[in-house]
Amino acid sequence: MSDFLAARMQMAFSLGWHIIFACIGMSMPFFMAFAEWRWLKTKKEVYLDLAKAWSRGVAIFFAVGAVSGTLLSFELGMLWPEFMKHAGPIIGMPFSLEGTAFFVEAIALGIFLYGWNKISPRLHWISGLVVGISGVASGIFVVAANGWMNSPAGFEFVNGEYINIDPVAALFNEAWFSQALHMTLAAFASTGFAVAGVHAFLILKGKRIEFHHEALKIALIFGSIAAFAMPITGDIAAKSVAKRQPAKLAAMEAHYHTQEKAPLIIGGIPNDEEQEVKYAIQIPGLLSFLAHGNFKEEVIGLDQIPEDEQPPVAITHFAFQIMVGLGMIMMLIGALYFFFRWKKIDFFTKGWWLKVLVLATPFGFLALEAGWIVTEVGRQPWIIYGVMRTEEALTPMPGIQYSFYSIVAIYSLLTLVIIWLMSRQIKAIHKKYEVS
Amino acid sequence: MSYAELVAIILGISLILYVVLGGADFGAGIIEIIAGPKYRSTISKAMGPVWEANHIWLIIAVVILFNGFPKVYSTISTALHIPLLITLVGITFRGAAFTFRHYDAFKDGSQKTYSLVFQWSSILTVFFLGICLGAVMGGSIPAEISGSFFSYYMAPWLNVFTISVGLFTTVLSAYIAAIFLLGEVDSDEEYERLHDITIWLFAASVLAGGVLFLSAYLTQNAFPERFLNNPVSIASAATATALVPFIFRFINAKRIWPLRVLGGGQVLLIIAGWFVIQWPDFVIFSDSSTLNIANTQAPFVTMRILFWALFCGVLVIFPSLYYLFKIFKS
Repeated sequence: MSDFLAARMQMAFSLGWHIIFACIGMSMPFFMAFAEWRWLKTKKEVYLDLAKAWSRGVAIFFAVGAVSGTLLSFELGMLWPEFMKHAGPIIGMPFSLEGTAFFVEAIALGIFLYGWNKISPRLHWISGLVVGISGVASGIFVVAANGWMNSPAGFEFVNGEYINIDPVAALFNEAWFSQALHMTLAAFASTGFAVAGVHAFLILKGKRIEFHHEALKIALIFGSIAAFAMPITGDIAAKSVAKRQPAKLAAMEAHYHTQEKAPLIIGGIPNDEEQEVKYAIQIPGLLSFLAHGNFKEEVIGLDQIPEDEQPPVAITHFAFQIMVGLGMIMMLIGALYFFFRWKKIDFFTKGWWLKVLVLATPFGFLALEAGWIVTEVGRQPWIIYGVMRTEEALTPMPGIQYSFYSIVAIYSLLTLVIIWLMSRQIKAIHKKYEVS
Repeated sequence: MSYAELVAIILGISLILYVVLGGADFGAGIIEIIAGPKYRSTISKAMGPVWEANHIWLIIAVVILFNGFPKVYSTISTALHIPLLITLVGITFRGAAFTFRHYDAFKDGSQKTYSLVFQWSSILTVFFLGICLGAVMGGSIPAEISGSFFSYYMAPWLNVFTISVGLFTTVLSAYIAAIFLLGEVDSDEEYERLHDITIWLFAASVLAGGVLFLSAYLTQNAFPERFLNNPVSIASAATATALVPFIFRFINAKRIWPLRVLGGGQVLLIIAGWFVIQWPDFVIFSDSSTLNIANTQAPFVTMRILFWALFCGVLVIFPSLYYLFKIFKS
């Protein structure tokens, strides 16, 4: 394995792993605060148990997110020192703001987890909210920095020098808003469906206790509402990509030929050599409409992008299809859920429905990873779009594959332990409710 | 004073807080090794609410480094890739094991495994952090990437001096942890036991400090001369030493807060003394050239914004931290 490939794999793996914990850290505090709010309102103990059980989950996920995030803040330099040397002064600001937000999150979480009997219930509930709000803020800042890589702003690049730096303009780059919005909602959708799936599984296994029923409801409310909003924010993001990064859009859509009334290509297998997509469904004019708002406008294809500046088409296209496909399914499930509630149908006894939810457990996170692949692989070969190529940023240190292998080994081990820990948390709940 | 210098001072403060507060958390793992499982619950109770906040000082320091002094960040993360990776693996396992131990729903045999991982990764982390510091201050990193893999990527951090710095940080962190934990133990018997451990760790710190100087002389690196030519660093070392009788008295009198303040102050003086020697250099290369504030600082506008962002951050962080510690340490 070349050092370049190893470094990219390590970055992809570390980020792809961290992103799951970061997203749980952004959204799940709101679930637990919601449960605690219900407890304060209704005084039904099941809500208190739920808030406590979820907070233990948050504690575990947050700690793992924090340490893997620390690793990332060093990995940026250990793998891409040239990038950080130049990008640091320009996009350091969102990171320093993120540092503050993260600090507040850690403090509020400490208060929430250990302060059950030490502060007033109201203050305690507020500390839970603060965990969520500062978590979302951290996420937005980090995504804003990633937005800058896609849409560099706040500097001039003259003769290899980065001059006239303006960190504020860099923070508010063109991509930050659409990316941060889409990502934040994705965090809620993916965590909501994952949590709902776990509780649906347990109900299906015969643990018909109110605890799981309430948990399922709360998780699905968050997850479904976010899933409904995903296509809207996705559309905003796609239009922004069409404007800023035509190469990425072309790769997402496997759109080889520049044309007016460009068709939307659904599915299929892209073939770079023949410049066509086999076995795909094509809807004429729809890509033009989605990218630019009317059915006739020209959409730039890969033929207008120099060959050495084209992202890998197949990976980007597949990832994009997976993301959209899973998103659609999640929306349907969300719609069904609200239909059941509207018609007052008891959905806890419907086996097929619970099975659907169980099946959908990983859908949100799979879509999230796929979306992340779209944005990162779709930016290649650039690390700073149009300014610095990824290979220019690579560390001179040889033997990166060993570092990659160790990270994979460590994170795989931790993944197994976390799954085991979660199953034990659930067992403890069942013990309390005597449904072993 | 320029913005760059102010930012460098905040970087120093973040590092000091990391060494004192985060160091105490790592040291707690070492205390568990020395004293056995007896202090496990005391340590969990004391560290639980605060360790994550303490840990974030490191992230703040890193962010300041790549934002304000990017060349320092990229140089360190290239030359010290290996020890940094080991440190980070240690940080990952330490944090994960500590959290898992506390939150595992069943306190069965697995507790032993978590504890082992927590304890040994604590030592590993703090030792390799020391190794990285030693490489930065000792003048062993070549100014240009050259020579064999070993001579650039290994030798600068794998030598007698860096190892002695690693030992020093390890023992020192255990000493701070012992001082902090004295205020957390429940029984007189435990207090007495920890009291003895504290004294031993103090002696070990002095010894490790001596070894550090000796190894610096033997390897003829930049550190001793810089130390001896600097009245401020000598004064801070002397003050740290002068605090010793007071610390002993407070330990015997069980006066927890004065003890914590003086113990923390001692470590602060040691690190501040090192900063004074180092100022305004970040990295001293083997050819005596340096990466310093002047030749690595980001453009003025970045420094100004960074300073104000940190300033506002501090206004948020310190009151929240105060509130956190007030809830749990009163």
